[in-house]
Amino acid sequence: MIRVLLPAHLKTLARVSGEVQVEVKVNDAGQPTIISVLDAIEARYPVLQGTIRDHVTQERRPFVRFFACEEDYSLEPPDTPLPTAVARGTEPFLIVGAMAGG
Amino acid sequence: MSGVRLLVGTRKGAFVLTSDGKRERWDISGPHFAGWEVYHVKGSPADLNRLYASQSTGWFGQLIQRSNDGGKTWDPVGNKFVYDGVPGTHMWYDGTPHPWKFARVWHLEPSLTDPDMAYAGVEDAALFRTTDGGQNWEELPGLRTHGSGPSWHPGGGGMCLHTIILDPKRPNRIFIAISAAGAFRSDDAGITWTPINHGLKSEGIPNPTAEVGHCVHRIAMHKSRPDILFMQKHWDVMRSDNAGDCWQEVSGNLPTDFGFPIDVHAHEPETIYVVPIKSDSEHFPLDGKLRVYRSKSGGNEWEPLTKGLPQRDCYVNVLRDAMAVDSLDSCGVYFGTTGGQVYGSSDGGDTWTPIVQNFPAVLSVEVQTLP
Repeated sequence: MIRVLLPAHLKTLARVSGEVQVEVKVNDAGQPTIISVLDAIEARYPVLQGTIRDHVTQERRPFVRFFACEEDYSLEPPDTPLPTAVARGTEPFLIVGAMAGG
Repeated sequence: MSGVRLLVGTRKGAFVLTSDGKRERWDISGPHFAGWEVYHVKGSPADLNRLYASQSTGWFGQLIQRSNDGGKTWDPVGNKFVYDGVPGTHMWYDGTPHPWKFARVWHLEPSLTDPDMAYAGVEDAALFRTTDGGQNWEELPGLRTHGSGPSWHPGGGGMCLHTIILDPKRPNRIFIAISAAGAFRSDDAGITWTPINHGLKSEGIPNPTAEVGHCVHRIAMHKSRPDILFMQKHWDVMRSDNAGDCWQEVSGNLPTDFGFPIDVHAHEPETIYVVPIKSDSEHFPLDGKLRVYRSKSGGNEWEPLTKGLPQRDCYVNVLRDAMAVDSLDSCGVYFGTTGGQVYGSSDGGDTWTPIVQNFPAVLSVEVQTLP
């Protein structure tokens, strides 16, 4: 299970509190990836479709960021494997609303 | 006793205000969707408990919320707004072609007869429709693919389709307005569209009388006379007596004819309201005096309505979707400001009372008259 921390507005929308945990598909090397986490989140919480990435292009929304193990994964390709600590569930994958505006 | 329900969209959420027919005491619920911009909330004329709300942020995009109990509870419905086919380009501010890109829903217009059907006017300008209560939205592409589409420019607030009016006597007739393309009419339920801008004159575009390119801010109609339209343009208040085929200016003695909202009295089709502001570069009331202007003659002769409104040091704006009228015997008129006030008048505008004074900036005000 992958631990995912959603931003406050998306937690409200998904009607969850705290972290969520999702079962994630892995790549051929047995690793979860950015896109597999997003797919799992949207499958479990369909209301979040379109709020993290574009419905059609699947591009990350500009003011949404992805962090893991104190690294910024926002600009990495979607099939980038996540760190072992995230895969093992010892660290969460963070979906963050960018600091912008007021 | 009958009553009213105000639906207020703000920069930081939506509010539902209810009152009895006296309109003296108000119950306020909200903020709903706290922290999100709510461009518009509107109820179905066919089912007063069916409401639709447009909720968005720059961070997480667009959501549509639906209530089946008059705004007590809400559920998100479909938020997938995808242009039909290859969207193509329109003109950008610098005159270069710019790809059509969905940003948000500015206006929701529920069907007059079917609670599950509603129209959505979006930025970049296009018209969408749902027939299943908001779960799925499909574009009516005939508007965006009108031959003039590649020449449309955004206004200062973006290239938004902000006005949708459904003709109560001709079910297939729809009027829309886009900043800054102008007004369009469909007589076949949205399949094909005709620009209806003859008579408009806009000094800010290369050809002041062009067929399209005008910054129409708002159009209003009285349901008993759907061929008569009133328009607040960027500058100029206009009137059409032939469903938009041609327009004439009715700014008359207004101190300034720049503004955003315009509305029509519920029982007097020749009584109309505007809120003049100083200019396109100074979006606030002239001389710091918040004045609604009323014409009882369908334009040209206007009177300032000031009783109960601040007459000094007031520098708020009233946005295009932020005025509404109820249909109680003594017509109520309401508007919200960018300063977070919502004012109401239960006597057709003669006197005004602040209903709330400290909301976030008000983006839209709609009213439902309750049995």
